[in-house]
Amino acid sequence: MLTSFLGVLFDGLAYGMLLFLISVGLSVTLGLMNFINLAHGAFGMLGGYVCVMALQNWGLPFFVMLPAVFLTSALAGLVLERVLYRYLYRRSHLDQVLATIGLTFMSIAAATYFFGPLQQPLQVPKFLSGQVSVLGVDLNIYRGFLLAVGVALTIVLTLALERTRFGASVRASVDKPRVAEGLGIRVGLVFQITFAVGCGLAGLGGALGVQVLGLDPAFPLKFIVYFLLVVAVGGTSSLKGPLYAALLLGVIDVAGKYYVPQIGAFIIYAMMIVLLVIRPHGLVSRQ
Amino acid sequence: MFKRLVEILAVSAACVAAFPAAAQEPLKIGMVLEMSGGFADFGMQMMNGARAYMKVHGDTVAGRKVQLIVKDTTGVPDVAKRVAQELVTNDKVDFLAGFGLTPSALAVASLATEAKKPMIVMNAATSIITTRSPYIARVSFTLPQVTAPLATWALRNGITRAYTLVADYGPGIDAETQFKKTFTASGGQIVGDVRTPMRNPEFAPFLQRIKDARPQAVFVFLPAGEQAVGFMKGFAERELDKAGIKLIATGDVTEDGVIEAMGDAPLGVVTTQHYSVAHDSAQNRIFLKAYAEVSGSSQRANFMAVGAWDGMAAIYEVARRLNGAIDGDKAMEILKGMKIDSPRGPVTIDPATRDPIETIYVRRVERLKDGKLYNVEFDQFTNVKDPTR
Repeated sequence: MLTSFLGVLFDGLAYGMLLFLISVGLSVTLGLMNFINLAHGAFGMLGGYVCVMALQNWGLPFFVMLPAVFLTSALAGLVLERVLYRYLYRRSHLDQVLATIGLTFMSIAAATYFFGPLQQPLQVPKFLSGQVSVLGVDLNIYRGFLLAVGVALTIVLTLALERTRFGASVRASVDKPRVAEGLGIRVGLVFQITFAVGCGLAGLGGALGVQVLGLDPAFPLKFIVYFLLVVAVGGTSSLKGPLYAALLLGVIDVAGKYYVPQIGAFIIYAMMIVLLVIRPHGLVSRQ
Repeated sequence: MFKRLVEILAVSAACVAAFPAAAQEPLKIGMVLEMSGGFADFGMQMMNGARAYMKVHGDTVAGRKVQLIVKDTTGVPDVAKRVAQELVTNDKVDFLAGFGLTPSALAVASLATEAKKPMIVMNAATSIITTRSPYIARVSFTLPQVTAPLATWALRNGITRAYTLVADYGPGIDAETQFKKTFTASGGQIVGDVRTPMRNPEFAPFLQRIKDARPQAVFVFLPAGEQAVGFMKGFAERELDKAGIKLIATGDVTEDGVIEAMGDAPLGVVTTQHYSVAHDSAQNRIFLKAYAEVSGSSQRANFMAVGAWDGMAAIYEVARRLNGAIDGDKAMEILKGMKIDSPRGPVTIDPATRDPIETIYVRRVERLKDGKLYNVEFDQFTNVKDPTR
């Protein structure tokens, strides 16, 4: 009884961490830049394909691929920011939604054209697959790895935003762009880098998620609900909000499916409604 | 200007006079397929299967040129109905065909009755489909038809305690019901069941539940593709095989087109179905060669492509017997009892139900000499009908 509960808790936390990993990029662009990028999943998908293709064709080690995936997606974000996104910063949210959802559909069509509609195979390294038994609880190694990556990433991002000069520039540029500009902060450049980092994180999340979520051209639309869920429930004012939201939703989703499988798939949505009624501005909101 | 118009009219009139209209009107086949969205692979398989048939058997039958008109349902039943309507009223097709998914087929059934168009179901496998219109004939299979032999095989091979996991929609419920019925009728025991949602990226909690119940085997039906891949990965990751739980499934789970995406996970899994690319027959070799040429990709054909190939065979046969003049009622009379020499082996369309009677093979996933995974047939049940009808 207790061991099965611990197993469910572990799986739930790992699943929640995965939700956080694929959503954190969105909370960077949405929360920090107040820009609604519904094409977030397209960058996640790009990361996934880059990772799968490189592993298949060149046999590069998985760990080398992860930073490479981050950089590729960030670069793609940088290019798109210059040619498309920066013209949308000052437009209404509706314009942003329409433009980026269009981009999402284009990315789906492009992925189908280049890679076909099929699921892509991904073999994670041997030492990351399988299970270990800890105190009678079977723990999945890859899920443990996801948890570790999530924790590390949260620490790095929090430190970067709150303790570095660049983080301060980002916050200043978001809150009062004109004053920041006056103080000599290059707001355009700051946004450009922030956006690229958001896209890079999306790609990284996509690549890490392939093993659990699968990868096909429908990826950006299939998981858009989860990105938005995490960011909406968590709130966009800090990284902590989406992290707590993702972990909570992950545990509830897994526990629901394990203990009451008849209605398990709906529990995550019911929970979202409850949380949004209690805290309409998100779990962690700006005062 | 006026002179030019007269010229055009004269030329057109000459064309009409020179060729009798009836003989030249193309034989139009309206293909209602999932060409985009999560099931886009279904549509590709079936379109290429049909094109492969035309490549081998020519694109003219009974003096009429065969024209495939492909419409995309995007996997949504309402869209399937709309495009089928367009095919009937605008394109004036002679046959409706395709249908990868049950909901699409059900949505179009009433239209087939109203328009008296023969509707050839090339894949969708819920039992009830053919009861929804007298103009439907199915050349593929039904889920109870492949599930009942699997339950029998399991009992014969010492499996008496089983858990069932199926996708929560028509075919899944068909499969679950039939498995339980056949399995318990001969003394087997079902220790638990679970129906998984159609949009379900995460199998882990369901798998853990099964693992904790410790059955001898778990019976699985999931639609081919994404869900099957996700499940197989989870099954291996969670080491259910090492916990002594056997995986038995309908062939959808280890479908030929996606099996390579599963790594080593499916090795040794036992499934039942009507077709495997590893089936050894002359017809199958012809089919596979033509499919590879038409599709132009390295992706393998699967049972859906075979369904489309056989559906085209049925349509060609009807056209020949009616000398190219297609009439809904006459076509259905010919389809009832029709025998098709399929790449999977002989198939007869049951005159009573308009569903196929065919051999169901028991297969095991093995890695063959070319280094690829195949469903290798090692046992069979001949002349299997849908047991629910």
